[in-house]
Amino acid sequence: MSAPSATASPAGVAEAEAPRLATAFWLLFRRDLLLAFRHRGELANPLLFFVIVVSLFPLGITPEVETLRLMAPGLIWVAALLATMLSLDSIFRSDFDDGALEQICLSPHPLAVLVLAKVLAHWVVTGLPLLVLGPLLAVLLSLPAQAMDTLLVTLVLGTPVLSLVGSIGVALTVGLRRGGALLSLLVLPLYVPLLIFASNAVGAAMVGLPVTGQILFIAALLVLSLSLAPVATASALRISLN
Amino acid sequence: MWKWFHQLASPRYFYELSGRLIPWVAWTCALLLLVGLIGGLVLAPPDYQQGDSFRIIYIHVPSAWMSMFVYVVMAGAGAVGLIWRIKLADVVAAASAPIGASFTFLALVTGSLWGKPMWGAWWVWDARLTSELMLLFLYLGVIALRSAIEERQNAARASAVLALVGVVNIPIIHYSVMWWNTLHQGPTVTKLGAPSIHLDMLIPLLVMALAFKLFYVVVVLLRARCEVLDRERDSAWAQEVASR
Repeated sequence: MSAPSATASPAGVAEAEAPRLATAFWLLFRRDLLLAFRHRGELANPLLFFVIVVSLFPLGITPEVETLRLMAPGLIWVAALLATMLSLDSIFRSDFDDGALEQICLSPHPLAVLVLAKVLAHWVVTGLPLLVLGPLLAVLLSLPAQAMDTLLVTLVLGTPVLSLVGSIGVALTVGLRRGGALLSLLVLPLYVPLLIFASNAVGAAMVGLPVTGQILFIAALLVLSLSLAPVATASALRISLN
Repeated sequence: MWKWFHQLASPRYFYELSGRLIPWVAWTCALLLLVGLIGGLVLAPPDYQQGDSFRIIYIHVPSAWMSMFVYVVMAGAGAVGLIWRIKLADVVAAASAPIGASFTFLALVTGSLWGKPMWGAWWVWDARLTSELMLLFLYLGVIALRSAIEERQNAARASAVLALVGVVNIPIIHYSVMWWNTLHQGPTVTKLGAPSIHLDMLIPLLVMALAFKLFYVVVVLLRARCEVLDRERDSAWAQEVASR
C-alpha cells in the first residue's frame, strides 16, 4: 500500500510491464463503465426505484401542492439515499464473485487509488443520472424554481459522498452471503449528516435564505470522504478477501 | 513497561489478574453507587423549576456520557487490535459493544421518561436525542457485523474498521444534528468556568458518573474473561480453570 508506483517490485521485468498508476486507474474506470453499460437493464433499476419511491409519497400522504412542496427537498434526498443503497452492492459484488477483486488487490498499485476508480465509475453510473432525475421529480413535487439550482448543487456535491461512504459498507459486507439488510444498517446512519445539510439547504433556498454555509459543509463532507473513505474501503476489502 | 504490556496481553495472565481485580472494582463501584444515589435522590435539593423529576439526571447523564466513552474505548481497542494484532484488544472491543449499546439505550429511555413531564412528549426530534439514536444504530451495526462474519479474526478486524469509521462520523453526526434542531437544554456541567448546576446537585452526579465508569470496567472484565476462556478452550490452563 505504501509504494506509490511499481518501483517497489524487485523484478525488473514486472516493473516494465506494470502500467503506471494513472493508466491503471483509467483502465479500471473504463472497464467498470463498460461492464455497467453491458448490463444496462440492471443499471436502470435503482433509478426506477428512485422515481417510484418519490411518486408513492403524493399517493400516500396528499396531492396537495403546499404539503408536497414542503416535503420535496427531504423526499428527494431520502429517495436518493435509498436508491444509492440499492445500487451499492454492484460496486464489488460481481468482481468478488468471479475473483477479479483478488487480482485487483494483488496489483502493485495502492489499493485505495484503484478503489477510488471503481467508486468513481459507480458514481458515474448511479449518481450522475440522479442529477437529471432529481430536478425532474422536484418539478413534479412543485419545488419552486428558485430552489432548483441549490438542489442541483447539493446533488452534485452529495451523490459522490453517497458512493464513497457506501463503498466502505459494501467492502465490509461483500464476503457475506446475505449482506443486503446489514449494509443498510451500517451505511444509513453515516448518511445522516449529508441528508440534514442537503435537505436543509434546499429548504432554505425555497424561502430565499442564504445557503452558502450548508453548501460548504457538504463540500467539506465530500473532501473528507474523498480522502479517507478509499483508505477505509481498501483495508475493509483486504479483510473481506482474507 | 513493555514487558508488562506483553504479559498483560497473554490471555492466561489477563484472566488471573482480572480475577483478582474484579472484587475490588466491584465493591468500590457498589459503594459509589450507594453514595451517589443517596446524594442524588435524597440529599440534593429539588430543582426550582423541575421539582423532583430532575433527579433522573443521575441515571440519564452518566449513561449518556458512558455511551460515547464506551464507543471510543471500543474503537481504540479495535485500532490496537488492527495495528498490533493483540487478541486481547479485540476481546475488549467485542465485550464493549453490547455494554455500550445498553448504555445508549438506557440514556434514550431515561431521556424519554424525562421528556414526558418536561416537554410533554415521550419523544421529540431533538438534536441530542436524535444523535444518541444514531449512536445506537452505529452500535447495532458493529454488533450485527461482528455476528454476521463467522471467522473470528475477520469479524474482529471488520468490526474494528467499522468502529473507526464511526468514530470519525460521531462528531459530524452530533454537530450536524445539533445544528439541525435543538430543544434539549444546553450543556450544564462541562461549561468551563462556573457550571450552571448547583454544587449539591453536581457532586452526586460526578459520583454517579464515576460509579458508572467502574460498573463498565467490572462488566467488561467479566465478559472479557468469558470470551478469553472460550477462545482458549483448547489450552490446558483454560480447561483446568473450567473444571475447577
